[in-house]
Amino acid sequence: MTDLLAVENISKSFGGLQALAGCSLTLEEGSIGGLIGPNGSGKTTLFNVVTGYVRSDAGTVLFRGRPVTAAKPDRVFSLGIGRTFQLTRIFGRLTVLENMLVATQRREGWLRSVVRGTASAAERARAMELLGFVGLTRLWDNPAGTLSYGQRKLLELAYVLVAEPTVILLDEPAGGINPTLIGEIRDRIVQLNKEGTTFLIVEHNMEFVMGLCDKLTVMDAGCAIVSGPPAEVRVDPRVLDAYLGSVEEADDDGE
Amino acid sequence: MSGATAEVEPAVPLGVGQNATVRRVGIGVWTVVLVLLALFPLVVTNPTYTSIGVFTLIFMACANAWNGFSGYSGYISLGNGVFYGTGAYVLTYAALRLNMSGGWGVFWLVPLAGIGAAVVAVPFGFVALRVRRHTFVVITIAIFFVFQLLAFNLSFTGGSSGLTPPTPNWVGATFNDPFYYVAFAVLVFSILLFWGVRRSRFGLHLLAIRDDEDRARGLGVKVLRVKMIGFVLAALVTGMGGAIFAYFVGQIFPQFAYDPVFDVTVALMSFFGGIGTLSGPLLGALLLEPIEQYLTIQYSIGSVYLIIYGVLFLLVIIFMPRGLVPSIGDGMRRIRVNRTQQSAPRAAGPPVEPSRPEVPAIADGGQ
Repeated sequence: MTDLLAVENISKSFGGLQALAGCSLTLEEGSIGGLIGPNGSGKTTLFNVVTGYVRSDAGTVLFRGRPVTAAKPDRVFSLGIGRTFQLTRIFGRLTVLENMLVATQRREGWLRSVVRGTASAAERARAMELLGFVGLTRLWDNPAGTLSYGQRKLLELAYVLVAEPTVILLDEPAGGINPTLIGEIRDRIVQLNKEGTTFLIVEHNMEFVMGLCDKLTVMDAGCAIVSGPPAEVRVDPRVLDAYLGSVEEADDDGE
Repeated sequence: MSGATAEVEPAVPLGVGQNATVRRVGIGVWTVVLVLLALFPLVVTNPTYTSIGVFTLIFMACANAWNGFSGYSGYISLGNGVFYGTGAYVLTYAALRLNMSGGWGVFWLVPLAGIGAAVVAVPFGFVALRVRRHTFVVITIAIFFVFQLLAFNLSFTGGSSGLTPPTPNWVGATFNDPFYYVAFAVLVFSILLFWGVRRSRFGLHLLAIRDDEDRARGLGVKVLRVKMIGFVLAALVTGMGGAIFAYFVGQIFPQFAYDPVFDVTVALMSFFGGIGTLSGPLLGALLLEPIEQYLTIQYSIGSVYLIIYGVLFLLVIIFMPRGLVPSIGDGMRRIRVNRTQQSAPRAAGPPVEPSRPEVPAIADGGQ
């Protein structure tokens, strides 16, 4: 297995705040990586740097060995890196099906995009199939703004899947939703992973990441301090020192 | 699956395919309205009223174009007067340079004027479309006044004395009719264009930008390109409207071609009718422009309509904040829901799942 995604010495500060301080991590193709760390340790900023929303001050991001550090979000997505947001972001006034069609990727010039319809029959069928996959088929014609928080999480996962990304970065997929639905999301991730999709997951729910991930990376103060199999990471003294003190707190506000 | 199914219980069950039904009703209504508009000069021959008709058609086309970019994308432009004025000047300047005499021939310059305005929209958009929301509004106003100032000061625009396009020697009784039908053609073009945009993939991207531009970027939408195309298309139609206006009124001045009231009017008509809907801006212009023209002619005070506008606008904002068309749609839906609730037997058991097709009927023609 090769490194699909490699983050090397990424730094980013916002004013006087050093959000990332030389952070490095790797993600193997076909694996499920977990990214944990106390609140404010830079996990979401790292996602933003990788997906092109935030420009890093220093360091490189490699995707399949090629640098994508300066790529814009639309370029990053078209290369095959999808993501979801911690606070779900859907298109509230579009219908659920229209949300699904936004991400449909096509190689076409601007003129064709103006002339051609929103989606071909095949693209619609694929979108409906993915809505079925996350259990939202019945709601296809409703405005996405009427969905509940958990449904929005599922929709956000589903519309990223439309483009069949190689790797998906999930920002707290289990945050703020009920335990049954957490199980659903876990099952979907496992199934997609079996079909070849790589995942990198930020999550505060330790049970969720411990059971799901092949490798865990722990971040603290903008650096990746430990990386390894979950069983090793959970007993590492550095992790206990940096992280476990705040587990209670994370559980309180998270679930 | 069971967990997700339990979770997905919508608060208000909405009918399947209701969007398709609404769309079909809309197409029917607008076909009738367009036929009536086409017949209007045959029935009403009074030049006072056909003149009102010409302005109404121009504003319907321009309000629709405004909505086709600003309404869909959420980028509220108060600078569309730039395109209207540019269209007016391009037609007049070209007709004078080509030594054209008044007649049907001048109308061939209308598409050229549209293209002229579209060309202007490229640098305008390149500057303005980099910023969002309030900043975008302010920048469009600023750029608008830059153009008005240029029209006052450049040599080929005739400065403050303006330009006079050639006057056709048509007889007074039917003088307005050619303008009316050309404006009608531009209106039909505008409707078809932005109806097509709404159904296209590019149109979906405009709507996605309105709801969450950054999220759309992260799903592969090339946002600047999409916004630019929308802006240029709006300019194309608005420039054609301005060209007909210039030829019709027969004299253009910088302050009337690049008219700040135009900027506000097209936006107001769209808000009034329902921003972002296909019918709303058309309805807004169809209702408001005749009122404006009638009041101007009747009381020969050019600004009475501004007061009427203000009052109407306040009423709509207070009672129908989303505009006429969405409010009418909501009302119809409520009536339908009440009716189905009354006709359905009130069973005490769990609510019966309404039957829904598994795959959506492809209502807005896939390809």
